[in-house]
Amino acid sequence: MPVIGKPVSRPGRPSLLDLTYLPSILKGMWITFRHLFRRKVTMQYPEQKWAMPENYRGLPALVRDQAERIKCVACFLCEYVCPPKAIHIEAQEIDTGVEKGPKVFDINMLRCIMCGYCEEVCPEQAIFLTREYSTVGLSREELIFPKEKLLQMGGIRGDSIRKWSRLTKDAGEAATPDSVRSAVR
Amino acid sequence: MSESPNTAAPGAIPGRHEEGALDQWLLTTRLSDYVAWGRKNSLWPMPMGLACCAIELMAIVAPRYDVARFGAEALRFSPRQADMMIVAGTVTKKMAPAVKRIYDQMPEPKWVIAMGACASSGGMFRSYPVVQGVDEIIPVDVYIPGCPPRPEALIEGIMQVQRLVEERGRSGRGKAMPGVAVR
Repeated sequence: MPVIGKPVSRPGRPSLLDLTYLPSILKGMWITFRHLFRRKVTMQYPEQKWAMPENYRGLPALVRDQAERIKCVACFLCEYVCPPKAIHIEAQEIDTGVEKGPKVFDINMLRCIMCGYCEEVCPEQAIFLTREYSTVGLSREELIFPKEKLLQMGGIRGDSIRKWSRLTKDAGEAATPDSVRSAVR
Repeated sequence: MSESPNTAAPGAIPGRHEEGALDQWLLTTRLSDYVAWGRKNSLWPMPMGLACCAIELMAIVAPRYDVARFGAEALRFSPRQADMMIVAGTVTKKMAPAVKRIYDQMPEPKWVIAMGACASSGGMFRSYPVVQGVDEIIPVDVYIPGCPPRPEALIEGIMQVQRLVEERGRSGRGKAMPGVAVR
């Protein structure tokens, strides 16, 4: 039967110089030495920060519209869709009479997995994921963010639809809550 | 002393007060502060990598984040040599006795970071095989939200532990075993 291919060449006995391991050590140190002159890759974190992309998914936050109204209408869709059930909402009627709003809006940041489902499902575009990524806490209670803190994190995000001003204009600008309520009906 | 440094005695070092040669040339501190300073800058972590957070935990030791800048690059896989346990990942009820045992084997003083949603609170695993937060079995000092947190967040956590070492390092651990608080 013919032999196909070449036989594998095995290394012979190492020479006396190889047995001192000096060539291998010097070769390794030469590689280390070359790295001294390469580009430095370390990011000096607390001083230098990474440039985050615009759509980075960090901690979620509530936003206000141009007139500084809370855009959330407490529809509970985000609470429903949240995979780890990190959101807790209690609704209340608010004094403009147009909609309801959140009385309590807590997000447990230790449960939150920053999946963005709440942002995706929100019909009022009231909840957004911020680019905040370096929050740490000393207790579990500290990392359950209440409504005020979430609104402060979110800031103001304008809305082109202006649903609220349209509804209040139809009912008259100086309308009492009761008349607004009947006009909406 | 109402005189400005320019009108002080010739040969005086500006900004230094005159009385006592010892005060000029020696820095004094308390031994406990000195020990805390040493501990703070050589926190050896015990990597308790249980799930995907461990990948981000590995990243902080890599050149990009380089936790050696904080003296915490010596990951010790023996709990006897570690100061700080980083619980990174889902703590299942099957793993919980091992986590507890490794924590008990670490020498005092010791600190714990709960990294990520699962270790901090159970995260999205609201189910029977998962411990709802590692603080149900061991006391936790710093919680880091995220799924997983970025390496920067873990560095923030390590810096927070360093601050805790400075504050309470003098008396070892100042934190008692917490009860089951928040779900």
